Amino acid sequence: MQNEPAVAVTGLVKRYGDKTAVDGLDLTVPRGAITAVLGPNGAGKTTTIETCEGYRRPDAGAVRVLGLDPIADARQLRPRVGVMLQAGGVYAGARAVEMLRHTARLHADPLDVDALVERLGLGSCGRTSYRRLSGGQQQRLALAMAVVGRPELVFLDEPTAGLDPQARRATWDLVRELKRDGVTVIVTTHHMDEAEELADQVAVVDRGRVIATGSPAELRGPEGESSLRFEAPAGLDLAALRKLLPEGVAADEISPGRYRVEAKLGPEVLSAITEWCALAGAAPERLTVQLRSLEDVFLDLTGRDLRS
Amino acid sequence: MTTSYSPAPGAAPVGRMLLAQTAFETKMLLRNGEQLLLTVVIPTVLLVLFSAVDVVSVDGPGRRVDFLAPGLLALAVMSTAFTGQAIGTGFERRYGVLKRLGASPLPRWALLTAKTGCVLITEILQVLLLSAIALALGWSPHGNPLAVAGLLVLGTAAFSGLGLLMAGTLRAEATLAAANLVFILLLLAGGVVVPLSKFPSAVRSALELLPISALSDGLRSVLQYGSGIPWSDLGILAVWAVLGLGAAARFFRWE
Repeated sequence: MQNEPAVAVTGLVKRYGDKTAVDGLDLTVPRGAITAVLGPNGAGKTTTIETCEGYRRPDAGAVRVLGLDPIADARQLRPRVGVMLQAGGVYAGARAVEMLRHTARLHADPLDVDALVERLGLGSCGRTSYRRLSGGQQQRLALAMAVVGRPELVFLDEPTAGLDPQARRATWDLVRELKRDGVTVIVTTHHMDEAEELADQVAVVDRGRVIATGSPAELRGPEGESSLRFEAPAGLDLAALRKLLPEGVAADEISPGRYRVEAKLGPEVLSAITEWCALAGAAPERLTVQLRSLEDVFLDLTGRDLRS
Repeated sequence: MTTSYSPAPGAAPVGRMLLAQTAFETKMLLRNGEQLLLTVVIPTVLLVLFSAVDVVSVDGPGRRVDFLAPGLLALAVMSTAFTGQAIGTGFERRYGVLKRLGASPLPRWALLTAKTGCVLITEILQVLLLSAIALALGWSPHGNPLAVAGLLVLGTAAFSGLGLLMAGTLRAEATLAAANLVFILLLLAGGVVVPLSKFPSAVRSALELLPISALSDGLRSVLQYGSGIPWSDLGILAVWAVLGLGAAARFFRWE
Protein backbone atom coordinates (compact mmCIF):
# COMPACT_ATOMS: atom_id res chain seq x y z
CA MET A 1 0.00 0.00 0.00
CA GLN A 2 2.88 2.37 0.75
CA ASN A 3 4.04 2.05 -2.84
CA GLU A 4 0.82 3.18 -4.39
CA PRO A 5 0.80 6.84 -5.34
CA ALA A 6 -0.59 9.50 -3.00
CA VAL A 7 -2.83 10.77 -5.77
CA ALA A 8 -3.79 9.06 -9.02
CA VAL A 9 -5.91 11.01 -11.48
CA THR A 10 -6.77 9.38 -14.80
CA GLY A 11 -8.72 10.93 -17.64
CA LEU A 12 -10.34 13.55 -15.42
CA VAL A 13 -12.98 15.68 -17.14
CA LYS A 14 -14.86 18.48 -15.40
CA ARG A 15 -17.24 20.89 -17.11
CA TYR A 16 -19.04 23.94 -15.80
CA GLY A 17 -21.97 24.48 -18.13
CA ASP A 18 -20.52 24.45 -21.64
CA LYS A 19 -17.03 25.40 -20.42
CA THR A 20 -14.61 22.50 -20.02
CA ALA A 21 -12.31 23.30 -17.11
CA VAL A 22 -10.46 19.97 -17.06
CA ASP A 23 -10.19 17.97 -20.25
CA GLY A 24 -8.80 14.47 -19.83
CA LEU A 25 -6.16 15.17 -17.21
CA ASP A 26 -3.76 12.49 -15.94
CA LEU A 27 -1.64 13.04 -12.85
CA THR A 28 0.27 10.70 -10.57
CA VAL A 29 1.69 12.09 -7.37
CA PRO A 30 4.33 10.01 -5.57
CA ARG A 31 4.32 9.78 -1.78
CA GLY A 32 6.73 11.77 0.31
CA ALA A 33 7.63 14.27 -2.40
CA ILE A 34 6.69 17.82 -3.31
CA THR A 35 4.71 18.00 -6.53
CA ALA A 36 3.96 21.31 -8.21
CA VAL A 37 1.00 21.69 -10.53
CA LEU A 38 2.17 24.54 -12.73
CA GLY A 39 0.14 26.44 -15.24
CA PRO A 40 -1.37 29.79 -16.14
CA ASN A 41 -4.55 31.06 -14.50
CA GLY A 42 -7.57 29.21 -15.82
CA ALA A 43 -5.58 26.10 -16.79
CA GLY A 44 -7.70 23.86 -14.55
CA LYS A 45 -5.35 23.58 -11.57
CA THR A 46 -7.84 24.51 -8.86
CA THR A 47 -10.62 22.37 -10.36
CA THR A 48 -8.26 19.39 -10.39
CA ILE A 49 -7.16 19.96 -6.78
CA GLU A 50 -10.72 20.52 -5.58
CA THR A 51 -11.78 17.27 -7.24
CA CYS A 52 -9.03 15.51 -5.28
CA GLU A 53 -10.28 17.24 -2.12
CA GLY A 54 -13.78 15.88 -2.70
CA TYR A 55 -15.43 19.24 -3.50
CA ARG A 56 -16.16 18.39 -7.16
CA ARG A 57 -17.57 15.27 -8.72
CA PRO A 58 -15.74 14.27 -11.92
CA ASP A 59 -17.80 14.28 -15.12
CA ALA A 60 -15.52 11.50 -16.38
CA GLY A 61 -12.33 9.79 -15.30
CA ALA A 62 -11.16 8.47 -11.96
CA VAL A 63 -9.57 10.09 -8.92
CA ARG A 64 -7.93 8.15 -6.07
CA VAL A 65 -6.41 9.88 -3.08
CA LEU A 66 -4.35 7.70 -0.70
CA GLY A 67 -6.03 4.80 -2.46
CA LEU A 68 -9.53 6.06 -1.62
CA ASP A 69 -12.39 7.82 -3.38
CA PRO A 70 -12.49 11.51 -2.35
CA ILE A 71 -16.29 11.60 -2.18
CA ALA A 72 -17.37 8.07 -1.20
CA ASP A 73 -14.58 7.70 1.37
CA ALA A 74 -14.60 11.32 2.54
CA ARG A 75 -14.97 10.43 6.20
CA GLN A 76 -11.83 8.33 6.25
CA LEU A 77 -9.89 10.75 4.08
CA ARG A 78 -10.63 14.10 5.71
CA PRO A 79 -8.47 13.66 8.81
CA ARG A 80 -5.57 12.41 6.65
CA VAL A 81 -5.58 15.28 4.17
CA GLY A 82 -4.71 18.92 4.91
CA VAL A 83 -6.36 21.57 2.76
CA MET A 84 -5.37 25.17 2.10
CA LEU A 85 -7.97 26.86 -0.08
CA GLN A 86 -6.99 29.64 -2.45
CA ALA A 87 -8.80 32.14 -0.23
CA GLY A 88 -11.01 32.39 2.83
CA GLY A 89 -12.11 29.56 5.09
CA VAL A 90 -12.02 31.51 8.34
CA TYR A 91 -14.82 33.15 10.37
CA ALA A 92 -14.62 36.90 9.70
CA GLY A 93 -14.62 37.73 13.42
CA ALA A 94 -12.15 35.04 14.52
CA ARG A 95 -8.62 35.82 15.69
CA ALA A 96 -5.76 33.93 14.08
CA VAL A 97 -4.61 31.96 17.09
CA GLU A 98 -8.07 30.99 18.33
CA MET A 99 -9.05 29.83 14.83
CA LEU A 100 -5.95 27.67 14.65
CA ARG A 101 -6.57 26.32 18.14
CA HIS A 102 -10.13 25.46 17.17
CA THR A 103 -8.98 23.65 14.01
CA ALA A 104 -6.50 21.70 16.13
CA ARG A 105 -9.32 20.57 18.46
CA LEU A 106 -11.02 18.78 15.57
CA HIS A 107 -8.02 16.45 15.28
CA ALA A 108 -6.88 13.55 17.47
CA ASP A 109 -3.18 14.36 17.76
CA PRO A 110 -2.56 17.88 16.47
CA LEU A 111 0.69 19.82 16.36
CA ASP A 112 1.54 22.09 19.25
CA VAL A 113 -0.39 25.25 18.39
CA ASP A 114 1.95 27.65 20.18
CA ALA A 115 4.99 26.26 18.40
CA LEU A 116 3.24 26.50 15.03
CA VAL A 117 2.12 30.07 15.78
CA GLU A 118 5.69 31.00 16.55
CA ARG A 119 7.07 29.13 13.54
CA LEU A 120 4.79 31.05 11.17
CA GLY A 121 5.04 34.39 12.95
CA LEU A 122 1.32 34.51 13.70
CA GLY A 123 1.82 35.58 17.30
CA SER A 124 1.97 39.24 16.27
CA CYS A 125 -1.62 39.03 14.95
CA GLY A 126 -2.77 39.30 18.56
CA ARG A 127 -6.43 40.14 18.97
CA THR A 128 -6.91 41.28 15.38
CA SER A 129 -9.90 39.68 13.68
CA TYR A 130 -9.35 37.70 10.47
CA ARG A 131 -10.92 40.28 8.19
CA ARG A 132 -8.39 42.90 9.41
CA LEU A 133 -5.30 40.70 8.97
CA SER A 134 -2.96 41.45 6.07
CA GLY A 135 -3.11 39.19 3.02
CA GLY A 136 0.14 37.55 4.05
CA GLN A 137 -1.10 36.85 7.58
CA GLN A 138 -4.31 35.35 6.19
CA GLN A 139 -2.26 33.09 3.89
CA ARG A 140 -0.02 31.94 6.75
CA LEU A 141 -3.05 31.18 8.93
CA ALA A 142 -4.61 29.12 6.15
CA LEU A 143 -1.33 27.24 5.76
CA ALA A 144 -1.15 26.59 9.50
CA MET A 145 -4.73 25.29 9.48
CA ALA A 146 -3.82 22.88 6.67
CA VAL A 147 -0.97 21.28 8.60
CA VAL A 148 -2.06 21.50 12.25
CA GLY A 149 -3.89 18.14 12.16
CA ARG A 150 -0.65 16.31 11.16
CA PRO A 151 -1.93 15.09 7.79
CA GLU A 152 -0.13 12.63 5.48
CA LEU A 153 -0.99 14.65 2.41
CA VAL A 154 -1.36 18.41 2.03
CA PHE A 155 -2.98 20.33 -0.83
CA LEU A 156 -1.82 23.94 -1.05
CA ASP A 157 -3.69 25.99 -3.66
CA GLU A 158 -1.47 28.94 -4.62
CA PRO A 159 0.04 29.22 -1.13
CA THR A 160 2.26 32.18 -1.95
CA ALA A 161 -0.08 34.25 -4.13
CA GLY A 162 0.27 37.88 -3.13
CA LEU A 163 3.11 37.28 -0.63
CA ASP A 164 6.25 39.39 -0.48
CA PRO A 165 9.55 37.61 -1.26
CA GLN A 166 10.44 37.08 2.40
CA ALA A 167 7.08 35.53 3.22
CA ARG A 168 7.31 33.32 0.12
CA ARG A 169 10.65 31.99 1.35
CA ALA A 170 9.18 31.29 4.79
CA THR A 171 6.36 29.32 3.18
CA TRP A 172 8.82 27.39 1.01
CA ASP A 173 10.87 26.55 4.11
CA LEU A 174 7.81 25.12 5.83
CA VAL A 175 6.90 23.07 2.77
CA ARG A 176 10.42 21.59 2.74
CA GLU A 177 10.13 20.76 6.43
CA LEU A 178 6.86 18.94 5.73
CA LYS A 179 8.63 16.85 3.12
CA ARG A 180 11.57 16.22 5.46
CA ASP A 181 9.14 14.71 7.95
CA GLY A 182 7.45 12.50 5.38
CA VAL A 183 4.41 14.54 4.37
CA THR A 184 3.35 14.48 0.71
CA VAL A 185 2.78 18.00 -0.60
CA ILE A 186 0.90 19.15 -3.69
CA VAL A 187 1.25 22.83 -4.58
CA THR A 188 -0.48 24.67 -7.37
CA THR A 189 1.27 27.71 -8.72
CA HIS A 190 1.60 29.90 -11.74
CA HIS A 191 5.09 30.98 -10.70
CA MET A 192 7.70 28.90 -12.49
CA ASP A 193 10.37 29.98 -10.01
CA GLU A 194 8.27 28.50 -7.22
CA ALA A 195 7.98 25.20 -9.04
CA GLU A 196 11.71 25.17 -9.85
CA GLU A 197 12.71 26.08 -6.32
CA LEU A 198 10.42 23.76 -4.46
CA ALA A 199 9.24 20.79 -6.42
CA ASP A 200 10.65 17.31 -6.86
CA GLN A 201 8.15 16.80 -9.61
CA VAL A 202 6.37 19.32 -11.79
CA ALA A 203 3.21 18.73 -13.77
CA VAL A 204 2.71 21.42 -16.38
CA VAL A 205 -1.00 22.03 -16.95
CA ASP A 206 -2.49 23.91 -19.85
CA ARG A 207 -6.11 24.07 -21.02
CA GLY A 208 -7.23 21.33 -18.69
CA ARG A 209 -4.53 18.76 -19.51
CA VAL A 210 -1.10 17.83 -18.18
CA ILE A 211 1.23 18.56 -21.07
CA ALA A 212 4.51 17.58 -19.42
CA THR A 213 5.74 16.02 -16.19
CA GLY A 214 9.13 15.45 -14.66
CA SER A 215 11.65 16.94 -12.30
CA PRO A 216 12.57 20.56 -13.01
CA ALA A 217 15.93 19.34 -14.38
CA GLU A 218 14.30 16.77 -16.63
CA LEU A 219 11.90 19.36 -17.97
CA ARG A 220 14.67 21.85 -18.62
CA GLY A 221 16.45 19.31 -20.78
CA PRO A 222 20.15 18.51 -21.25
CA GLU A 223 22.60 20.15 -18.88
CA GLY A 224 24.28 23.32 -20.04
CA GLU A 225 21.63 24.39 -22.45
CA SER A 226 21.25 28.06 -21.93
CA SER A 227 19.70 31.08 -23.46
CA LEU A 228 20.35 34.79 -23.69
CA ARG A 229 17.70 37.27 -22.70
CA PHE A 230 17.57 40.96 -23.39
CA GLU A 231 15.17 43.79 -23.74
CA ALA A 232 14.79 46.08 -26.74
CA PRO A 233 11.94 47.95 -28.40
CA ALA A 234 8.98 45.68 -29.08
CA GLY A 235 8.24 44.25 -32.50
CA LEU A 236 11.72 44.30 -34.09
CA ASP A 237 12.34 42.19 -37.20
CA LEU A 238 13.37 38.74 -35.95
CA ALA A 239 14.15 37.43 -39.43
CA ALA A 240 16.93 40.01 -39.67
CA LEU A 241 18.35 38.89 -36.34
CA ARG A 242 18.33 35.21 -37.35
CA LYS A 243 20.32 36.12 -40.45
CA LEU A 244 22.97 37.85 -38.35
CA LEU A 245 23.22 34.99 -35.86
CA PRO A 246 25.24 31.81 -36.44
CA GLU A 247 23.43 29.15 -38.47
CA GLY A 248 20.53 27.39 -36.66
CA VAL A 249 20.37 29.60 -33.58
CA ALA A 250 16.77 30.26 -32.59
CA ALA A 251 15.58 33.71 -31.60
CA ASP A 252 12.16 34.89 -30.55
CA GLU A 253 10.25 37.61 -28.75
CA ILE A 254 8.85 36.05 -25.60
CA SER A 255 6.63 38.98 -24.78
CA PRO A 256 6.60 42.53 -26.18
CA GLY A 257 10.12 43.89 -25.81
CA ARG A 258 11.60 40.74 -24.23
CA TYR A 259 13.78 38.71 -26.55
CA ARG A 260 15.41 35.31 -26.20
CA VAL A 261 18.26 33.80 -28.17
CA GLU A 262 18.96 30.09 -27.75
CA ALA A 263 22.74 30.14 -27.60
CA LYS A 264 25.70 30.41 -25.28
CA LEU A 265 27.19 33.83 -24.78
CA GLY A 266 30.02 34.35 -27.26
CA PRO A 267 31.50 37.17 -29.35
CA GLU A 268 29.60 36.18 -32.50
CA VAL A 269 26.25 36.07 -30.79
CA LEU A 270 26.84 39.27 -28.87
CA SER A 271 27.92 41.22 -31.94
CA ALA A 272 24.91 39.93 -33.86
CA ILE A 273 22.54 41.17 -31.18
CA THR A 274 24.18 44.59 -30.87
CA GLU A 275 24.33 45.04 -34.61
CA TRP A 276 20.67 44.11 -34.96
CA CYS A 277 19.63 46.52 -32.24
CA ALA A 278 21.82 49.25 -33.75
CA LEU A 279 19.93 48.85 -37.04
CA ALA A 280 16.78 49.69 -35.09
CA GLY A 281 18.51 52.63 -33.43
CA ALA A 282 18.46 51.00 -29.99
CA ALA A 283 20.75 49.18 -27.59
CA PRO A 284 20.02 45.80 -25.96
CA GLU A 285 19.27 46.22 -22.29
CA ARG A 286 19.33 43.83 -19.33
CA LEU A 287 21.28 41.25 -21.28
CA THR A 288 21.46 38.07 -19.21
CA VAL A 289 22.50 34.48 -19.68
CA GLN A 290 20.10 31.96 -18.25
CA LEU A 291 19.80 28.25 -17.94
CA ARG A 292 16.70 27.11 -19.72
CA SER A 293 13.89 27.76 -17.26
CA LEU A 294 10.51 26.17 -16.82
CA GLU A 295 9.17 29.30 -18.41
CA ASP A 296 11.04 28.38 -21.58
CA VAL A 297 9.68 24.86 -21.32
CA PHE A 298 6.18 26.20 -21.04
CA LEU A 299 6.74 28.53 -23.96
CA ASP A 300 8.07 25.69 -26.10
CA LEU A 301 5.17 23.43 -25.20
CA THR A 302 2.37 25.91 -25.66
CA GLY A 303 3.78 28.75 -27.72
CA ARG A 304 2.54 31.10 -25.03
CA ASP A 305 4.18 32.97 -22.19
CA LEU A 306 3.30 31.66 -18.75
CA ARG A 307 2.81 35.19 -17.47
CA SER A 308 0.59 36.40 -20.27
CA MET B 1 13.20 23.89 19.00
CA THR B 2 12.07 22.56 15.66
CA THR B 3 8.58 21.29 15.14
CA SER B 4 8.18 17.83 13.71
CA TYR B 5 5.45 17.51 11.14
CA SER B 6 5.59 13.73 10.95
CA PRO B 7 2.09 12.54 10.07
CA ALA B 8 -0.23 11.42 12.86
CA PRO B 9 -3.66 11.95 11.30
CA GLY B 10 -6.95 11.30 13.02
CA ALA B 11 -10.27 12.88 13.83
CA ALA B 12 -10.97 13.95 17.40
CA PRO B 13 -13.75 11.97 19.14
CA VAL B 14 -17.04 13.23 17.74
CA GLY B 15 -18.28 14.42 21.14
CA ARG B 16 -15.22 16.60 21.54
CA MET B 17 -15.64 18.01 18.03
CA LEU B 18 -19.29 18.82 18.74
CA LEU B 19 -18.47 20.60 21.99
CA ALA B 20 -15.60 22.52 20.41
CA GLN B 21 -17.68 23.58 17.41
CA THR B 22 -20.66 24.62 19.54
CA ALA B 23 -18.45 26.65 21.87
CA PHE B 24 -16.64 28.28 18.96
CA GLU B 25 -19.83 29.20 17.08
CA THR B 26 -21.32 30.66 20.26
CA LYS B 27 -18.19 32.69 20.93
CA MET B 28 -18.25 34.09 17.37
CA LEU B 29 -21.94 34.97 17.69
CA LEU B 30 -21.65 36.69 21.04
CA ARG B 31 -18.70 38.72 19.74
CA ASN B 32 -20.69 40.03 16.79
CA GLY B 33 -22.11 43.46 17.60
CA GLU B 34 -24.79 43.51 14.91
CA GLN B 35 -26.05 40.13 16.06
CA LEU B 36 -26.28 41.30 19.66
CA LEU B 37 -28.22 44.36 18.56
CA LEU B 38 -30.71 42.07 16.89
CA THR B 39 -30.94 39.37 19.54
CA VAL B 40 -30.59 41.35 22.76
CA VAL B 41 -30.94 45.09 22.34
CA ILE B 42 -34.03 45.26 20.12
CA PRO B 43 -36.23 42.81 22.11
CA THR B 44 -35.15 44.42 25.41
CA VAL B 45 -35.81 47.96 24.25
CA LEU B 46 -39.21 47.02 22.81
CA LEU B 47 -40.17 45.23 26.03
CA VAL B 48 -39.21 48.13 28.28
CA LEU B 49 -40.49 50.88 25.99
CA PHE B 50 -43.90 49.41 25.19
CA SER B 51 -44.46 48.28 28.78
CA ALA B 52 -43.82 51.79 30.06
CA VAL B 53 -45.38 53.88 27.30
CA ASP B 54 -48.89 53.51 25.97
CA VAL B 55 -48.03 53.62 22.24
CA VAL B 56 -49.53 50.29 21.26
CA SER B 57 -52.86 49.12 22.55
CA VAL B 58 -52.65 45.65 24.01
CA ASP B 59 -55.08 42.76 24.37
CA GLY B 60 -56.24 40.46 27.13
CA PRO B 61 -56.02 40.26 30.88
CA GLY B 62 -53.31 41.67 33.17
CA ARG B 63 -50.82 44.45 32.73
CA ARG B 64 -49.27 45.63 29.48
CA VAL B 65 -46.20 43.52 30.18
CA ASP B 66 -48.33 40.36 30.40
CA PHE B 67 -49.27 40.88 26.75
CA LEU B 68 -45.82 42.04 25.63
CA ALA B 69 -43.51 39.52 27.33
CA PRO B 70 -44.73 36.43 25.38
CA GLY B 71 -44.55 38.36 22.10
CA LEU B 72 -40.98 39.45 22.76
CA LEU B 73 -39.94 35.92 23.74
CA ALA B 74 -41.25 34.88 20.33
CA LEU B 75 -39.29 37.73 18.73
CA ALA B 76 -36.15 36.61 20.56
CA VAL B 77 -36.49 33.11 19.09
CA MET B 78 -37.01 34.53 15.60
CA SER B 79 -34.07 36.93 15.91
CA THR B 80 -31.63 34.16 16.82
CA ALA B 81 -32.92 31.09 14.98
CA PHE B 82 -33.96 32.90 11.80
CA THR B 83 -32.41 36.32 11.27
CA GLY B 84 -29.12 35.85 13.09
CA GLN B 85 -28.54 32.33 11.86
CA ALA B 86 -29.42 33.22 8.26
CA ILE B 87 -27.04 36.19 8.16
CA GLY B 88 -24.24 34.43 10.05
CA THR B 89 -24.42 31.25 7.99
CA GLY B 90 -24.81 33.24 4.75
CA PHE B 91 -21.52 35.03 5.36
CA GLU B 92 -19.80 31.83 6.51
CA ARG B 93 -20.79 30.35 3.18
CA ARG B 94 -19.60 33.43 1.33
CA TYR B 95 -16.22 33.48 3.09
CA GLY B 96 -15.54 29.79 2.46
CA VAL B 97 -15.90 28.84 6.14
CA LEU B 98 -18.42 26.12 5.37
CA LYS B 99 -16.29 24.92 2.47
CA ARG B 100 -13.15 24.73 4.61
CA LEU B 101 -15.02 22.97 7.43
CA GLY B 102 -16.14 20.47 4.80
CA ALA B 103 -12.50 19.42 4.46
CA SER B 104 -12.05 19.09 8.23
CA PRO B 105 -12.85 15.95 10.21
CA LEU B 106 -16.09 17.55 11.47
CA PRO B 107 -19.07 15.78 9.82
CA ARG B 108 -21.78 17.99 8.31
CA TRP B 109 -24.43 16.73 10.69
CA ALA B 110 -22.16 17.69 13.58
CA LEU B 111 -21.72 21.19 12.15
CA LEU B 112 -25.50 21.60 11.92
CA THR B 113 -25.96 20.16 15.42
CA ALA B 114 -23.38 22.63 16.72
CA LYS B 115 -25.24 25.48 15.04
CA THR B 116 -28.46 24.33 16.70
CA GLY B 117 -26.67 24.13 20.04
CA CYS B 118 -25.35 27.65 19.57
CA VAL B 119 -28.88 28.91 18.77
CA LEU B 120 -30.33 27.17 21.86
CA ILE B 121 -27.63 28.56 24.17
CA THR B 122 -28.27 32.06 22.86
CA GLU B 123 -32.01 31.63 23.28
CA ILE B 124 -31.62 30.49 26.87
CA LEU B 125 -29.61 33.65 27.60
CA GLN B 126 -32.27 35.75 25.85
CA VAL B 127 -35.14 34.09 27.73
CA LEU B 128 -33.37 34.57 31.06
CA LEU B 129 -32.66 38.23 30.35
CA LEU B 130 -36.12 39.08 28.98
CA SER B 131 -37.88 37.17 31.78
CA ALA B 132 -35.85 38.97 34.44
CA ILE B 133 -36.70 42.35 32.92
CA ALA B 134 -40.37 41.43 32.47
CA LEU B 135 -40.62 40.20 36.07
CA ALA B 136 -39.06 43.45 37.24
CA LEU B 137 -41.75 45.25 35.24
CA GLY B 138 -44.44 43.29 37.10
CA TRP B 139 -44.98 40.34 34.73
CA SER B 140 -46.98 37.47 36.22
CA PRO B 141 -46.67 34.44 33.91
CA HIS B 142 -49.13 31.52 34.09
CA GLY B 143 -49.41 28.11 32.58
CA ASN B 144 -47.49 24.93 31.90
CA PRO B 145 -43.70 25.37 31.51
CA LEU B 146 -43.55 22.25 29.33
CA ALA B 147 -46.00 23.79 26.86
CA VAL B 148 -43.76 26.89 26.76
CA ALA B 149 -40.64 24.76 26.18
CA GLY B 150 -42.42 22.83 23.41
CA LEU B 151 -43.40 26.04 21.66
CA LEU B 152 -39.88 27.46 21.92
CA VAL B 153 -38.31 24.27 20.56
CA LEU B 154 -40.72 23.89 17.63
CA GLY B 155 -40.44 27.61 16.91
CA THR B 156 -36.66 27.29 16.85
CA ALA B 157 -36.88 24.35 14.44
CA ALA B 158 -39.26 26.24 12.14
CA PHE B 159 -37.18 29.43 12.07
CA SER B 160 -33.88 27.54 11.75
CA GLY B 161 -35.13 25.72 8.67
CA LEU B 162 -36.21 28.97 7.03
CA GLY B 163 -33.00 30.76 8.03
CA LEU B 164 -30.75 27.99 6.71
CA LEU B 165 -32.81 27.78 3.51
CA MET B 166 -32.18 31.48 2.90
CA ALA B 167 -28.48 31.30 3.88
CA GLY B 168 -27.84 28.28 1.68
CA THR B 169 -29.50 29.55 -1.48
CA LEU B 170 -29.13 33.35 -1.68
CA ARG B 171 -26.02 35.50 -1.90
CA ALA B 172 -24.82 36.72 1.50
CA GLU B 173 -25.78 40.35 0.79
CA ALA B 174 -29.26 39.31 -0.35
CA THR B 175 -29.65 37.19 2.78
CA LEU B 176 -28.59 40.14 4.93
CA ALA B 177 -31.20 42.41 3.35
CA ALA B 178 -33.99 39.85 3.16
CA ALA B 179 -33.52 38.47 6.66
CA ASN B 180 -33.67 41.95 8.18
CA LEU B 181 -36.70 42.89 6.10
CA VAL B 182 -38.54 39.73 7.10
CA PHE B 183 -37.61 40.40 10.73
CA ILE B 184 -39.20 43.86 10.65
CA LEU B 185 -42.29 42.75 8.73
CA LEU B 186 -42.95 39.83 11.06
CA LEU B 187 -42.25 42.02 14.10
CA LEU B 188 -45.05 44.33 12.95
CA ALA B 189 -47.48 41.82 11.45
CA GLY B 190 -46.88 38.70 13.53
CA GLY B 191 -48.63 39.58 16.77
CA VAL B 192 -45.37 40.44 18.54
CA VAL B 193 -46.26 43.91 19.80
CA VAL B 194 -49.38 44.68 17.74
CA PRO B 195 -52.30 42.34 18.55
CA LEU B 196 -53.57 40.49 15.48
CA SER B 197 -57.09 41.56 16.51
CA LYS B 198 -56.20 45.03 15.17
CA PHE B 199 -56.03 43.67 11.60
CA PRO B 200 -59.10 43.14 9.34
CA SER B 201 -60.37 39.60 9.78
CA ALA B 202 -59.47 38.38 6.25
CA VAL B 203 -55.87 39.57 6.68
CA ARG B 204 -55.81 38.26 10.19
CA SER B 205 -56.65 34.67 9.28
CA ALA B 206 -53.74 34.66 6.82
CA LEU B 207 -51.36 36.26 9.32
CA GLU B 208 -52.27 33.66 11.92
CA LEU B 209 -50.62 31.00 9.77
CA LEU B 210 -47.19 32.69 10.00
CA PRO B 211 -44.69 30.92 12.28
CA ILE B 212 -44.13 34.08 14.31
CA SER B 213 -47.89 34.47 14.89
CA ALA B 214 -48.26 30.84 15.92
CA LEU B 215 -45.35 31.21 18.33
CA SER B 216 -46.45 34.50 19.90
CA ASP B 217 -50.10 33.41 20.03
CA GLY B 218 -49.17 30.06 21.57
CA LEU B 219 -46.90 31.64 24.17
CA ARG B 220 -49.55 34.22 24.99
CA SER B 221 -52.34 31.67 25.38
CA VAL B 222 -50.21 29.78 27.92
CA LEU B 223 -48.37 32.59 29.73
CA GLN B 224 -51.02 35.33 29.65
CA TYR B 225 -54.27 33.34 29.65
CA GLY B 226 -53.06 30.21 31.45
CA SER B 227 -54.67 27.98 28.80
CA GLY B 228 -53.73 24.34 28.23
CA ILE B 229 -51.48 23.06 25.45
CA PRO B 230 -52.02 25.18 22.29
CA TRP B 231 -52.20 22.31 19.80
CA SER B 232 -53.13 24.38 16.76
CA ASP B 233 -50.16 26.72 17.22
CA LEU B 234 -47.86 23.76 17.80
CA GLY B 235 -49.29 22.20 14.65
CA ILE B 236 -48.59 25.30 12.54
CA LEU B 237 -45.02 25.45 13.86
CA ALA B 238 -44.50 21.74 13.15
CA VAL B 239 -45.62 22.19 9.54
CA TRP B 240 -43.24 25.14 9.07
CA ALA B 241 -40.43 23.13 10.68
CA VAL B 242 -40.94 20.18 8.34
CA LEU B 243 -41.23 22.40 5.25
CA GLY B 244 -38.31 24.68 6.19
CA LEU B 245 -35.86 22.00 7.28
CA GLY B 246 -36.86 19.79 4.37
CA ALA B 247 -36.31 22.56 1.82
CA ALA B 248 -33.03 23.56 3.49
CA ALA B 249 -31.78 19.97 3.36
CA ARG B 250 -32.76 19.78 -0.31
CA PHE B 251 -31.52 23.14 -1.61
CA PHE B 252 -28.68 24.21 0.71
CA ARG B 253 -25.45 24.86 -1.21
CA TRP B 254 -22.26 24.73 0.83
CA GLU B 255 -20.25 26.98 -1.50
